[in-house]
Amino acid sequence: MDTMRDRFAPVVSRLLDEDPRVAVVLAEIGKDGFAEAMRRHPERVINVGIREQLLVGAAAGLALTGLRPIVHTFASFLVERPFEQVKLDFGHQNTGAVLVSAAASFDWPAGGYTHMAPGDVALLDTLDGWTVHVPGHPDEAETLLRRAVAAGDDKVYVRLSVQANRQGRAVDGERFLTVREGRSGVVVAVGPVLDAVLAATEGLDLTVLYATTVRPFDTAGLRRAVQGADTDVVLVEPYLTGTSTAAVSEALAEVPHRVLGLGVGRRELRRYGTVEEHVAAHGLDARSLRERIGGFVGAGRASVRA
Amino acid sequence: MKTAADDSRIHGDDSRTLGYEDLPRLMGLMTGDEKHGPAATSTLDVLWVLYDRVLRVTPERSQDPVRDRFLLSKGHGPMAYYAVLAAKGFVPVEWLPGFGAYDSPLGHHPDRVLVPGAEIGSGSLGHGLPIAVGTALGLRAQGLREPGVWVLIGDAELDEGSNHEAIAFAGPAGLDRLHTVVIDNSSAGHARPGGIAARFEAAGWSAVTVDGRDHEALYAAFTAPHPGRPHVVIARVEPKNG
Repeated sequence: MDTMRDRFAPVVSRLLDEDPRVAVVLAEIGKDGFAEAMRRHPERVINVGIREQLLVGAAAGLALTGLRPIVHTFASFLVERPFEQVKLDFGHQNTGAVLVSAAASFDWPAGGYTHMAPGDVALLDTLDGWTVHVPGHPDEAETLLRRAVAAGDDKVYVRLSVQANRQGRAVDGERFLTVREGRSGVVVAVGPVLDAVLAATEGLDLTVLYATTVRPFDTAGLRRAVQGADTDVVLVEPYLTGTSTAAVSEALAEVPHRVLGLGVGRRELRRYGTVEEHVAAHGLDARSLRERIGGFVGAGRASVRA
Repeated sequence: MKTAADDSRIHGDDSRTLGYEDLPRLMGLMTGDEKHGPAATSTLDVLWVLYDRVLRVTPERSQDPVRDRFLLSKGHGPMAYYAVLAAKGFVPVEWLPGFGAYDSPLGHHPDRVLVPGAEIGSGSLGHGLPIAVGTALGLRAQGLREPGVWVLIGDAELDEGSNHEAIAFAGPAGLDRLHTVVIDNSSAGHARPGGIAARFEAAGWSAVTVDGRDHEALYAAFTAPHPGRPHVVIARVEPKNG
């Protein structure tokens, strides 16, 4: 199977052909995929070199002239290094762009912590008005990329990862999908963790919601899900643990509920190795998830009985 | 080039065209008339010459895709900017006394969403030039070769690394519709070896250094041809604390 990132340049190259508003801004990373597009659209495929502050500032300038910039590099260089540019050059200037990251939380573990960005979505959460897509399959990435580019001047972040589920689903860029229904609680699985969550909850009486658009958070979808189930909610996110617990609490503010956030730990592992090894180290493999989800939901029932 | 006839249109029902001589009074409406130190007015002459004689933009053309863009990156101490925008009819003179108040659109740093004619919100240093680079790229990509993009920064603001990313890119990219004005009031903490112009010239820019109070010298520097290259005008004014 190709990766989400393999899909990125071909899809965006087609968008460049179709829509004269689209522009791509790169900082060296990912330029090879755009070699042909750069020949066809030399003025709309821009490589600023290894300059991430300029990458974001220039994208804002492009947007101010009416273009729709797509800005791409690794998440740590796209969101974290030029964060004040992201905050001011889009938000404060009242304009937008499509930021598309690669490398996710730990797509290249052998590369070490310098190329990991588990905090990207939490960081964007400090800002207003960002749409955040976390596809779990290359087909979903394509759908969400197209939606992001078509979203007027909105501020949109698309988080691409080499981690993916085996099959893509019919995501719409807004709502959570109900993948499984149960009565003992609700598990919200974000993007690429769905397969592991489904394996972990096999045989458990739990609703599983699949989220590929996490901001805005599908408050109505979560409320509907807890109507037919216990109000124990487990969030499984492929980035920093607890990133969306506030969104869950807000959605269920008027309902007594418990929430458990699972995701990537804050502590730096200082390990190289493989993606699978890092998934396991953060307790996001199916076996660990089953233990943690089962323990939480079971503990909830025990306390109710007592 | 703008004409007197344009001026009368700009000011609508205001039969009198406000001029350079009105700027101290307009600034006085904001400052209480006692704070006209060099720091507050370091940009005044540059702004006046640009808006009066160079920039092809009027209040009526503030959304025109082919207008010239002026990006005030040096957003602190914006009284001179507001005074010029008021003199040219972008903002009402009546707004000036409210400067910095809760219900005033005019803050101690300008906000493009609140100030008619302001192309960017600024105050945090080092944002204007990268945005101006993108603006020049965006206009070029749409075949709009006529509009000029102007950005005003301070010599200490030039310390920000983001500006050096923009300077290093804009020269080789041949952004010949991009213009930077550096107000040099010697406020940078560390002297720049070789001077400011040398930094830009090394990156392939055209550069001119002039007396930032001399209107004719500024005009000549602003309108100097610079084919194929972005252009910087270093406007030297009296030191901040001198």
